Formats: sequence, C-alpha cells, structure tokens
Amino acid sequence: MAESSAAPARTWAQAAQTKEEEVPLRTVQIDGLALLKIIKHCKEFAPNLVTGQLLGLDIGSVLEVTNCFPFPTRSEEEEDGEDSATYQLEMMRSLREVNVDNNTVGWYQSTYMGAYQSVELIDTFLQYQENIKRCVCIIYDPQRSSQGVLALKALKLKEPFMEAYKNDALTGEGLRQSGISWPDIFEEIKVSVHNSALVGAMVTDIQPEAPVTHADFDRLSLSSAPFLEKNLEFLIQCMDDLGQEQQKQQYYYRAVTRQEAQKGAWLLKRRAENAARKAAGEEPLPEEDSANPAFKPIPEPSRLDGFLITNQISNYCGQVNGFGGQSLSKMYVMDAVHEEH
Amino acid sequence: MGDLSVLHLPSGPTAAVAKLHPVVLFNISDAYIRRNEGQERVIGTLLGTVSSDGTVEIKNSYAVPHKETSDEVAVDIDFHQRMFDLHHQVNPKEAIVGWYSTGAGVSVSDALIQDFYSREANNAILLTVDTAFTTEKLKLKAFVSTPVQLGDRQLAAQFHEIQLDLRLVEAERVGFEVLKETQTDRLPNEIEGLEATVERLRGMVDTVAQYVNKVVDGKIPADNTIGRYLADTVAVVPRINPESFDSLFNDSVQDMLLVLYLANLTRTQLALAEKLNTASAPV
Repeated sequence: MAESSAAPARTWAQAAQTKEEEVPLRTVQIDGLALLKIIKHCKEFAPNLVTGQLLGLDIGSVLEVTNCFPFPTRSEEEEDGEDSATYQLEMMRSLREVNVDNNTVGWYQSTYMGAYQSVELIDTFLQYQENIKRCVCIIYDPQRSSQGVLALKALKLKEPFMEAYKNDALTGEGLRQSGISWPDIFEEIKVSVHNSALVGAMVTDIQPEAPVTHADFDRLSLSSAPFLEKNLEFLIQCMDDLGQEQQKQQYYYRAVTRQEAQKGAWLLKRRAENAARKAAGEEPLPEEDSANPAFKPIPEPSRLDGFLITNQISNYCGQVNGFGGQSLSKMYVMDAVHEEH
Repeated sequence: MGDLSVLHLPSGPTAAVAKLHPVVLFNISDAYIRRNEGQERVIGTLLGTVSSDGTVEIKNSYAVPHKETSDEVAVDIDFHQRMFDLHHQVNPKEAIVGWYSTGAGVSVSDALIQDFYSREANNAILLTVDTAFTTEKLKLKAFVSTPVQLGDRQLAAQFHEIQLDLRLVEAERVGFEVLKETQTDRLPNEIEGLEATVERLRGMVDTVAQYVNKVVDGKIPADNTIGRYLADTVAVVPRINPESFDSLFNDSVQDMLLVLYLANLTRTQLALAEKLNTASAPV
C-alpha cells in the first residue's frame, strides 16, 4: 500500500519535471460554448473587427479553451489602457465567482478576408507571452463563415521567430544566421472541439429534423464573384506593398555598396598619405574617421513587413485556391442539374 | 362595491414570443456543470432585445450566484449589477430581458426572484431549462408573470407559459455534428462540407424522384399540394437555352481557372523566392 502511494508521488514529481522541459503545443481544444461566444461576438460586430479574451487550462500538449469574454470596442485609443485593464480584471473576478476557469490562455479576434498578419498581432503575442508562457490567438472570419465553412484558426508564433523579433534580429545578417523565412512566423495549431455530455444531449434534443440547414444553402450559393474580386483586390494591393518593400531593400543595398566604395576610396587615399608621411618621418594618421559620412552605418530596414506581406499573399492564394476549387465543383453540380432538366 | 376589494386576476396571457439563441443554452449548461457543490440549481440573467411587437430575443446570459434555503432565497444583486455593467460596455444594445433557472418548472421561490427581475426589466421572462433531464425530452420553457392583486395589495404572481422558439442559425453554421459530439478532433474543411451538402442534395432529389415515380406508377395516390410544390421548385431552375447555358458555363469555368492559375503562379513565385533567399542571401 505504502509503495503504491509513493509511486504516484514520484510520477507527480516527474510530471512537474517534464513540464519544465515543455511539451510542444499540439492541439487547441475549444469548448462549444467558447466557440459560439466567439462567433456571436465577431458576427454581431462585423465588419468591425473585435477581440476578446480566451480562458481555459493548459494541460500538456493540449490547450483547453473553456470560456471566453469579449472586449468592448472603444472608439478612442487614448482611454484604452486603464479602462480595459479594469474591465478585464472585473470580468475575470466575476467569472471566477461562478467557477469559470479564470486562467488566460490567449485571445481571439475577428478578421476580414483573412487579413490578420500584422505587426500589431505580433506585438500582442509578445505582450501576452510575457505573462503566459503558452498562448494562442484564435482567428475567426465571419465573412468566410457565411459561405458555410467554419473559418476558425488557432495561431501561435514560432519560437525562433519570437527570439529574433525580440532581439531585433530581423535584418539580412540575423536572418541568415537563424535561417528564418516568411513561413516561419506563424504556426497554425490544430483545433478540436469539445462539448460536455450535457450539451451534447441538449443539442441532440433540440436539433431540428429538417434535412437541410442554413449551412447547406450557404455552401450551394453560386455567386462567387464578390468573394473572388475582394480577394484579388487585396492580393494586388499586397503585391504593390511587396514591391515597395523590395524597393526599400534594394535602395538599402545600393546605399551600402556606394558607401563601401566611398570608404575604399578614402582608405586608399589615407594610406597613400600615410605612406608619404612615413617617408617624411611623421606619425601616420589613423585609418578611421568617425566624422566622415562614409563611416556612418546606414540603418538596415527590417524584413518583417516583407515577411508579413508574403504571408498575407500566401494566405490569399490559399483562400482563392480553396474557394475556386469549391466553385468549380459547384458549377459542375449546376451543369448536371441543368442537363437533367 | 368599490374597486378596492375586487380581486384583479390577470386578463389572459400577454402575447409574447421568446426567441432563444443556442449560445444561451450552452452558457446555462456550462454554469450548471460548474455549480458549487451541494447547489441544487443555477440561476442567471438573460440579456437580449425586445422588438416592438413584443418578441423577445434572448441572446446572451450570465450566471448569478445565489443562496437558497427552504424559506429564503438570496440573489447576489451586486454581482448581477456588476456583470450587467460589464456586458453593457461590450454590447449596449443588449438589455436585461429576464432570468433563467435550471429545473423542470416554476418553484415557489421563483416568485421572489421574478419580483426582483420584474423591476429590472419590463415583462421579465423566466426561462427554465431542465438540465437534469427528468423526462426524456429536454424541457425548455419560458414564462412571464402577471401580478394577482387585491386592490392595491399584491397577493401573488401568476406565471404564464409563452411560446419559445429556438434560433438555430448560428448553430447550424457551426454544424450540429461539431456541437453534438463530446469530442471532434478536426474541424470539417471546405471541400468536406461541400461534399456533405451535395450528398444531401442528391439524397433529396432521389427521394423526390422515387416519390414521383411511385405516383406515376399509381402505387400511391397523387397529392395535389405536394405536386404543386414540386412543380414550383422545378420551375425555379431558370430556363436557359443550351447554347447560352454552355457559353455561360464555359465562361465561368474559364474565369475560375484563370484565377486559380494566377493564384498558383503567385504561390510558386513565393516558394521560389523563399528558396532563393535562403540559398543565396543578397549581397
């Protein structure tokens, strides 16, 4: 008996130890309640973008999201800080009183057409990460969801990128060392849905008998143009932005090359001068001159924007691809319907 | 006989309809699961909107702690007020419309709580959810109360059941499959969803075709109403002559393919750029 009670104690200690080693986060398990709450909040305020906090538990490789609460949308940025902090604290305290898990595990936000890759998102991630080791961001797209898909994604930042971002190492040199490229910024985490048995029973009971649901109608809608147009429009915009970013980089490299050339010429001149002074028995002049503009380092533009835009482009392409495939299938279905007709 | 001594009985139920969003049900069952030990039931506030024709849409809810003994009930009014303020900051359009309680129906102490909520909201609704499943069906009921008065004195409150509709659009969008199972490992993706829908569509067409065949064969008597519905449905499919349909169809397919081609080209370009960038970084 004594042995059996000692064994779990050891495993507890072991468990605590292994926790230190950190299991990679594999799944985000979201409760039906949190899911519906996110959808409700995001949809009610669409096309305005909203955010909210996710509450839950961090268990090994699974992050459970059991509840959430919305943040109020504030018109002015100024009053943000204090008010929203008190709001958060109040809400969490109140939720604890009714036994809701009041452990923050991340936040959710709505997006329009999947345009969520931004510097703000990364900054928010870092802010959260300061307090919570593991946090996720759940992104919900009400626009795409109205086509009959559950457009929900869980994201987190990849470790190496976060380090590089914190150390401001998103320059050519730093990136070459760490080998980070644009797909290494965000990591999508698998989402699974969990419901309590009670909820399961309830939904089974209230589920109507109707053979068709709204989602079916949404999915069969043949109008594809607006969505595609918007997507392509954004895609083109992104392309322009990317072109600008590239120009910035090019400009930088050209400036650096020019500076190097100047520096070389100056050094050559100085050396010749020094050689002449040496011959005349004088002290040589230093081979560096901080006052000379040729020695002033040119600030290197960050690659972050370019990376984010590339991510965004890839995202739009993926969306167009998925949607296009679906539309083609739909068109063939329509063709078949017509033929039978 | 003066008016004073006349017993005022409520004159018929008020013609209100309550529409319930599924998120409220989820919230209630979550609160019920997380109730304190030894607590019989949970109660909470319902938020929503009231339209001009008296239809109440129950859109949101939060649990409110309360204590209950055999002859006394205490609701944490502070908590209720605080929580409402917080919710109000997020969505000012949602007002208090009533309260909920788990259990099979109205109990004695409910009159007191109803009294409190009647002061908070006009025509407060009481929603009861039978989370214990005392019968085989889930019992969901909505009530409004009207006071029974003797002159100026209030004697009791009379609860009337009102019609309760479920608004399941959001739940349908998510999919009942996902909300019903205790564990779904993967969210269905676009193509799977479409496949299921097309499959269902085919099933329905089959059912209709079978029915029509049976009627034509004289196996079942024809029903004019169904026939008319079917004729209407078929008529909805627009009549386009084959040539213009073909050109319409081909144009759309070509458009789509072009866009897909463009998207894939861009993707390839990105992949290429990535490889080049890391393989030989500039300068």
